Amino acid sequence: MTHAVPVTTRRPRRSYKTAGLGLAAWVIGVVFFIPVAWMVLTSFHSESNAGTNPPKIGAPLTVDGYRDFFGSSTGASPWPSLFNSLGASVGSTLIVLALAVPAAYALSIKPVRKWTDVMFFFLSTKMLPPVAGLLPIYLFAKNTDFLDNVWLLVILYTSMNLPIAVWMMRSFLAEVPPAIMEAAAIDGAGLLNILRKIIVPIAMPGIAATSLICFIFSWNEMLFARVLTGVVSQTAPVFLTGFVTSQGLFLAKVCAAATIISLPVLVAGFAAQDKLVQGLSLGAVK
Amino acid sequence: MTASALTTTPPRSTATRRPAISPRRAGWIRRAPLMPALIFLIIVTQLPFIATLVISFLRWNALDPGDRGWAGFANYKEVFTDSRLRESVITTIVLTVSVVLISLALGLGIALLLDRKFFGRGLVRTLMIAPFLIVPVAAALLFKHGIYNPVYGLFNGTLTGIWHTFGSQNPPQPDILTIHPKIAVEAELIWQWTPFMMLILLAGLQSRDGEVMEAAHVDGAGNWQMFRYITLPHMRRYLELSALLGTIFIIANFDSVFTITSGGLGTANLPYTIYETFYASHDYGLASAQGVVVVVGSLIIATFALRVVSSLFEEEVGR
Repeated sequence: MTHAVPVTTRRPRRSYKTAGLGLAAWVIGVVFFIPVAWMVLTSFHSESNAGTNPPKIGAPLTVDGYRDFFGSSTGASPWPSLFNSLGASVGSTLIVLALAVPAAYALSIKPVRKWTDVMFFFLSTKMLPPVAGLLPIYLFAKNTDFLDNVWLLVILYTSMNLPIAVWMMRSFLAEVPPAIMEAAAIDGAGLLNILRKIIVPIAMPGIAATSLICFIFSWNEMLFARVLTGVVSQTAPVFLTGFVTSQGLFLAKVCAAATIISLPVLVAGFAAQDKLVQGLSLGAVK
Repeated sequence: MTASALTTTPPRSTATRRPAISPRRAGWIRRAPLMPALIFLIIVTQLPFIATLVISFLRWNALDPGDRGWAGFANYKEVFTDSRLRESVITTIVLTVSVVLISLALGLGIALLLDRKFFGRGLVRTLMIAPFLIVPVAAALLFKHGIYNPVYGLFNGTLTGIWHTFGSQNPPQPDILTIHPKIAVEAELIWQWTPFMMLILLAGLQSRDGEVMEAAHVDGAGNWQMFRYITLPHMRRYLELSALLGTIFIIANFDSVFTITSGGLGTANLPYTIYETFYASHDYGLASAQGVVVVVGSLIIATFALRVVSSLFEEEVGR
């Protein structure tokens, strides 16, 4: 945790305070990052160097943990579960967008009567704990041979993310100035033209933010995936939990697995930090 | 956008009027784009709850398929007399309130630090976001094995390292997961959710009106006065928003409890307890009754929460 903070000493009075607060921010940032750094570092250690007390920070690096994770020693390949996760996340995100964008249009640009009530209905479904609907969904899936089927997860993740997406997209579409819409309509622009020239450019950042959030939440989901999938459609988080029960040293392997599974979210989130904020605040922050 | 109250007519009026379309049909044309999303959500989220309600009145244990029938309120009686469930209600409340409040306070503090200019601010912000971007199950596993484990976890490892540095051979090696299981779960959740709070609050801070701040500064307002009379009132909606969203996610948390303690040692919250009744005990009737009780409780909380959102919403609509 030794991060030298270059400080400009030209302004003598306030500079100490500024430097102190900057240093405090650095220390806190590093403290929050330590577990992540530890996870990545351990993933590159050999099993015998990973579980040591005190920790061997400077131990030689190896990719054995990753090799083990991808199945050279255990036999179970993580690829099917990674692809299942990818399919469920991307598939549900696409369906969410297909449903949420028109709905948001009907809640902002040409709002239906009592549109605020509709908005609150959407949000209220998000406040019911998903576990309360789990049993009927399980029974339904069992009786219709939908158990262990990625499409079931796609549908459930769609319903899980749809309220968030509708709220976000509405707040973005509400930014479309009505005056422009009216002027375009008077000038005889058709609906398609209005969509293409006015709405889509304003909605695009919103669609990007919505997709990012929906992807992350679907990728992370574990409760439904755990109960409703088995061998065929197991997702990455479920695979990860099954990974630990094996006996013997496993810390480096688990850290490698955790790193790989978090990687898509980390990359997407880091690359689009502003979109992340927009999405997490349901579009309230732009 | 024209300022309009929430309950009045839609804020926009179409300029073009085509008298050929009857108002009734026009209403349906407006509603059409909304319908797929609405119908989908009603089917996928509301129908299961109705089924849960029905099953909650049945005597139905999957391990005993012959004995299935009407149970009346027997399941509910069990729910309200079962001390395990009462405990998990309290656990859920303690877990949610402590995690939301602590990560909110930490998030606000860190957001205030990050709102200032200093060397490497963007990098610190990136470091801070990382915990939120770790897949929750992975984060829980990392904390359980990589940090809390009494033998090879980082926490005790660091203690050993520090003690050895000062020449002591008997460093304390607490087994956090056994001594403070709740705090262990809470700490992991706070670590994940503080960045979330920080992100929303930082965006709130950065949306303060610079001119107002400047004017207050020129008029001689001190740091504390600026914070108390400008920043805090401005931040109210962001604090409420992040608290509400945090609550929605943490109240339903399953991953951390399941992974770190498997619900043991008094850490079983409601989602975990219901999961166990259904998945381990196979008591479908009881699990459903528990689910119904949780839904009713959530609805009560949600009514308050929605009032908060609706006040935020009015501000936004009136903007």
